[in-house]
Amino acid sequence: MKSLAELQALRDSMKNKMGIRSDESGCTRIVVGMATCGIAAGARPVLTAFTEEVGKRNLTNVAVSQTGCIGICQYEPVVEVYVPGQEKVTYVKMTADKVAKIVNDHIVNGNVVTEYTIGANAK
Amino acid sequence: MQELSLNILDIVQNSVKAKASLITIRVIEDIHADTLTITIADNGCGMSEETAKAAVDPFYTTRTTRKVGLGLPFIKMAAEMTGGSFSIQSAIGVGTTVTAVFGLRHIDRMPLGDMCSTMLTLVSGSPQIDFVYTHLNAEQDFIMDTRQFKEILGDVPLNAPEILNFIKDYISENDFPFVV
Repeated sequence: MKSLAELQALRDSMKNKMGIRSDESGCTRIVVGMATCGIAAGARPVLTAFTEEVGKRNLTNVAVSQTGCIGICQYEPVVEVYVPGQEKVTYVKMTADKVAKIVNDHIVNGNVVTEYTIGANAK
Repeated sequence: MQELSLNILDIVQNSVKAKASLITIRVIEDIHADTLTITIADNGCGMSEETAKAAVDPFYTTRTTRKVGLGLPFIKMAAEMTGGSFSIQSAIGVGTTVTAVFGLRHIDRMPLGDMCSTMLTLVSGSPQIDFVYTHLNAEQDFIMDTRQFKEILGDVPLNAPEILNFIKDYISENDFPFVV
């Protein structure tokens, strides 16, 4: 059973590592739409999957964040990826299963997963 | 919404938008009264009486990206179809409290679902806001208060991956299962 005493220990061990994390500039941002439309379509497991995948790979210059309704509710769950110096990429009809491929191919190796983008799915 | 924890996540986003600094979420199972009560209270900007009344109308929204606002109508409908009730108390400058009462054993009551994921999503999305999640019934109670975490953590951020992992385990190991 996790207790607050364990949090204290975790804090002490993290104190020493602090400052290694790079600052926000030059940081890749993964933004998940979390309004009613996104949540109802399944955005919560998508967000959780991104957080876990980024944590597992220890990607310190990647930030996973949330936003409201982007205005294209029919394509939810929607995820936007901002890589500094590049155009924004919008992934649509996301599922947790698609997350690992996006992190691996796009975030880490720089190849957009075209088949999941809005361009490939818009009708 | 497939589960009530998603409704909760959705409604709390309103409190976040209202610039609350403290958001309290209470889930109370009362077997004798046969009710499940969900209360979401914030100290955000609040609403006028007219706005609070209009907010349950699906065609009322303050946003400009689309013309509908379904968050509150969804949870109101989910509560009322189980023989329960729904109310909003709000005052400008004080905050808003949303209360939804469900028929605990009613066949149409959706399961509460994954509260752990809902709390993690909220904490990671708005680490600057204090969240208190209380789950109680006649025998047990579980309270998660991020102010407690922050006091221990000091300048270590609440949304660091290691800390979020801890909070995930903390909730999933200490929160008790729902009775019905």
